[in-house]
Amino acid sequence: MADFAIDVKGVSHVFGTTTALEDLDLQVEAGEFVSLIGPSGCGKSTVLRLTAGLIRPTSGTIEVESDNIGYIFQEPTLMPWRTVAKNIELLGEIEGMDRTERSRRAVEVLEMVGLGEFRDHYPLQLSGGMKMRTSIARSLLLDPHVFLFDEPFGALDQISRSRMNEELTNLFATKRFASLLVTHSVEEAIFLASRLLVMCSRPGKIVAEFKIPFEFPRDPAIRYLPEFAVLAGEVAEALGEAS
Amino acid sequence: MTAADEETTPVSARRSLAHRFGASARIWGPPTLVALGVVAFWYFMTYVVLDASRRFLLPPPHGVIAEGFLDGDTFGEIMDGLYQTTSVALLGLLIAFVLGFSTALLMSQAKWIERSLYPWAVFSQTVPILALVPLLGFWFGFGLMSRVIVCVIIALFPIIINSLTGLQSVDPRLHDLLTLRGASRWTRAVKLQIPAARPQIFVGLRTSAGLSVIGAIVGDFFFGRGKPGLGILLDRFSRRLQSEELLAAVIVACALGVVAFWLFGVLGRRMVGHWDPAWAAERNREK
Repeated sequence: MADFAIDVKGVSHVFGTTTALEDLDLQVEAGEFVSLIGPSGCGKSTVLRLTAGLIRPTSGTIEVESDNIGYIFQEPTLMPWRTVAKNIELLGEIEGMDRTERSRRAVEVLEMVGLGEFRDHYPLQLSGGMKMRTSIARSLLLDPHVFLFDEPFGALDQISRSRMNEELTNLFATKRFASLLVTHSVEEAIFLASRLLVMCSRPGKIVAEFKIPFEFPRDPAIRYLPEFAVLAGEVAEALGEAS
Repeated sequence: MTAADEETTPVSARRSLAHRFGASARIWGPPTLVALGVVAFWYFMTYVVLDASRRFLLPPPHGVIAEGFLDGDTFGEIMDGLYQTTSVALLGLLIAFVLGFSTALLMSQAKWIERSLYPWAVFSQTVPILALVPLLGFWFGFGLMSRVIVCVIIALFPIIINSLTGLQSVDPRLHDLLTLRGASRWTRAVKLQIPAARPQIFVGLRTSAGLSVIGAIVGDFFFGRGKPGLGILLDRFSRRLQSEELLAAVIVACALGVVAFWLFGVLGRRMVGHWDPAWAAERNREK
């Protein structure tokens, strides 16, 4: 029980007259990467908002091992008036991290996402992929134990998206933060996860579970293996039944 | 992870001198043509439409320049008036800004405060200022204070409304981000709402700067006592049928309004033009 980084038990959530989630159980172990895939409007994002404590469930309990949570939104959600470096330092400022420590950490995470030379750029000057990297770097500053990803790469083109997936899986392989990722993409869901959950809609609940057998760190080429294709087919089928 | 092969938007190349000249001709050319047209029309009215005996109704432009701007006494009088009016307008604008921005900040902190104050903000704008002017003189005398109060009443509304819009139109996900880290109300205001509202605040300031000038002139015009500003001069020149001087004073008053508007435009572009799309667009239009 103490091993779970995220423990969602019997959670139901009702918006007005719509039951978004019904009796949902979901666990993420420490060091595990769980992908949550499902049709639009099935309440995937609600699961993340509940886990982060941004909203309270109508019933049920949610336990998260740490309140040091990194949350990656669908959009990069940067402050346009701050440079890349200043955006990244934001959460440190809020947590009262001292100035030198803050900028030292900022340099570190900027290097980690490969944006070192863009530190003084404004978001307006960056491509979609670079903005998303900045957004991830911002969360990395505080070294979160739990990471929540809300369709983070949905707005990117396929090429940037694949690359961001590779960068993220490398990051996970080194940091091993417990992760819960919500996505529409079967390929992305499998490639990133150690475990994959399929959700159905109205009311939202989990209908299928897949163990992803590939080792971390992951080679980008696994996406073209026959096992990967077979798995993708099974997930797609479960998804088809769910929607 | 590398990002080296993803490029940023290209930095605009250095423009040649000829190119720059062409660009400024494109900007200044059309309005200059309009101005020339207005002057031509003015001459036409003065010399063709108006009878010689009624020419005092619209003296020719060169007459206005000679009597209003080249005559030392009159020009001195107008400049003193300009100084007087500018000080009142600036002071009024400053107070309106402090008051308006604080009100908006308060309103952005809780729905009930917004609901309580919003109708009164609207009321401050619908109040017929001319009806209040005698009352203000009655209460606060005919000096600086009453004049400044007129400016504040007239300039307050755009500052409140624009600041409030700015403070409230923050991306809700940025609010979530701060909520996740347990940010206090103060942190939220200082790190998020106020910086995000700056473009809108400058929009409000720019509108109110012009209004404050109008307020200073209107107040002066109706109080009629104390050190003469442009309002008193307008009144005086029109009573004496000094139409050249009157037109000169009108032109100076208009110029003051334009300069006020322009100044806050420049300030806005300087302060937020590098990140706010709307102000950046204004900046690019000038290039």
